[in-house]
Amino acid sequence: MDGLSITVMIVKVLIVFAGVMIGVMAMTLAERRISAFMQDRLGPNRVGPKGILQPIADGIKFLMKEDIIPTAAVKPIYILAPAMLIIPALMTFAVIPFGQTVTLFGKQIALQVADVNIGILYIFALTSVGVYGLVLAGWSSNSKYPLLGGLRSSAQLISYELAMGLAAVSVIMMAGSLELNDIVAAQQGELFSWNICRQPLAFLIFLIAVYAETNRLPFDMTEAEQELVGGYHTEYSSMKFSMFFMAEYANMITAAALTVTLFFGGWDIPLVNEVSLGFFGGILSVMAFAVKTAFFLFLFIWVRWTFPRFRYDQLMRLGWKVLLPLALLNIIITGAIMVFTA
Amino acid sequence: MATIVKSYEPTFWDRLYIPALVKGLMVTIRHIFKKKVTIQYPDEKHIPPEGYRGLHRLNKFDDGRIKCVACEMCAAACPSHCIHIVPDASPWEEGKERYPVRFDIDLLRCIYCGFCEMACPEEAIELTEIYDFADYTRESFLIDKDGLLEVYEMTKDENFYLREKENAA
Amino acid sequence: MLHSTLFYISAIVMLASALAVVLSRNAVYSAILLVLTFFSLAIMYLLLEAYFLAVLEVLVYAGAIMVLFLFVIMLLNTTREEAMPKLIQLQKAASLFLVVIFIFGILLLIVGGTTELHQAEVISTVGSARALGTALFTDYLLPFEAASLLLLVALIGTVYLAKRKM
Repeated sequence: MDGLSITVMIVKVLIVFAGVMIGVMAMTLAERRISAFMQDRLGPNRVGPKGILQPIADGIKFLMKEDIIPTAAVKPIYILAPAMLIIPALMTFAVIPFGQTVTLFGKQIALQVADVNIGILYIFALTSVGVYGLVLAGWSSNSKYPLLGGLRSSAQLISYELAMGLAAVSVIMMAGSLELNDIVAAQQGELFSWNICRQPLAFLIFLIAVYAETNRLPFDMTEAEQELVGGYHTEYSSMKFSMFFMAEYANMITAAALTVTLFFGGWDIPLVNEVSLGFFGGILSVMAFAVKTAFFLFLFIWVRWTFPRFRYDQLMRLGWKVLLPLALLNIIITGAIMVFTA
Repeated sequence: MATIVKSYEPTFWDRLYIPALVKGLMVTIRHIFKKKVTIQYPDEKHIPPEGYRGLHRLNKFDDGRIKCVACEMCAAACPSHCIHIVPDASPWEEGKERYPVRFDIDLLRCIYCGFCEMACPEEAIELTEIYDFADYTRESFLIDKDGLLEVYEMTKDENFYLREKENAA
Repeated sequence: MLHSTLFYISAIVMLASALAVVLSRNAVYSAILLVLTFFSLAIMYLLLEAYFLAVLEVLVYAGAIMVLFLFVIMLLNTTREEAMPKLIQLQKAASLFLVVIFIFGILLLIVGGTTELHQAEVISTVGSARALGTALFTDYLLPFEAASLLLLVALIGTVYLAKRKM
């Protein structure tokens, strides 16, 4: 590793980190504004032009709030839990390729923080670790609503991880690799070469499972404010509370980016050969990726403010009795087609 | 008579749920582009409809005489006893011989029922459309005769908020 | 240099947390420390360039099994330090026996084992997803299928137990 490549590495890490954090800020505002529009309201529009500085105002407010630790809480874990949630959430984006390889200063630079040859498993591993934050936050608060939220989340996340993983398996089979770059590369070329056209069922299963994994409505059993007050973060306040939300939005961004990478060709623009365009093609590919990810982030908000919450038993039934068999069936069909057409 | 309730049997299409979900999504996306109902209060103000019962006023004749004859019908009709009148002989030549020297209303006690308006035989007391008269002290909510006449000046021509909006434009 | 530093850090963390798992009296702390042990083990795998194994370690053990453990501990609510029942003599003897066997096994590996097996170059060829899959479905097909049968039996047993209570 020479000096230049280390510099490039650090710059890439900073860009991705800043990108995700800005995305989180934008999402908190977008969520409030879009939900307001959907309810014929205006939403926050006072801080800065059109309210775009609202996230900063929110951040200042969170910092100023009193940080309360309940007497009955298990202090070390109570303090650790938000960090355990946000660290995996910020780490996952590292393996997602957000643009094609560009040549800069005579060097090939892959627009991806870490090119791991088991990229997709890395993401699944980290999302599965993220459960600890929720469970331990719920348990360490030593209060009934957070505990219930924590228990629900652990059961829910494990159940839907299976469906999500199996839906991704069919994509992995098509690409023949666990590397996200290869999965993107496999989707390039023709008009209908994106996996959404080849694997519509897997896409549907994956999308539903992703909503459960990120604890978003209609699967936000862990929060369920009407029945659990606030779920796992009921007892939290101040910056710790906001860390839960930052983690949620960071997870959403990664989930949207992963959906794009697996099913919508990543940074690919159909019928355009980005590689032949050189550096300009690189910028174009990053923009394509950002637009696609933004659409899925919008879908997250859109779905949240449209559908009611599932009941807990319905959630489990959907996960185990519908999505899991469908995902297995999809794998069998994919395998059969691959064998017969090979 | 017993009614036979026919339970709805979902078809296969219904059981897929996806068409229904898409339908729901379409409803919300339509609302994004609809006109918003929010009135951004200090910048734009809600214009109350005709007959709104807000701040009181005391009406005057064109020549400046107070219509009120201090009969105290309004004070008697008032369910919250917030009107206090001190009558005296009228200083004007024409018209009725009584007039109020003092006419005080405790706006914090008033429930804006409009009974005073209905009880008044001279159409002297009226409730106007002014609804935003917040202040910091209790004393500022004790409105006297001059204050009530001032409200009359503010609201006699046209809707107070409509005029305010025109002035701003 | 970087590798050996990382190795020593993760080794110390692993041993310390593993020891703390056993010594901690709070079941939840033990569970969290066990997760930490798995993580440092995963770092070990990473240093050996066995990425697939490292991720599986986190995914399966830390991400799924330990969450279920924690789930059970939380449901049983064993936060209060309870007086440990006195270990039965037989248990003590059994644990001592196991420790001796374990140490003997490690010594045997150090003395008689081939050293080249533990080099990163070899492990990266053995530990990749492709190599692991090929090995599982050719050389070790019978043990693999036997393990899957075992899981099936366990699954049926669970369903039976759960259904009987209803």
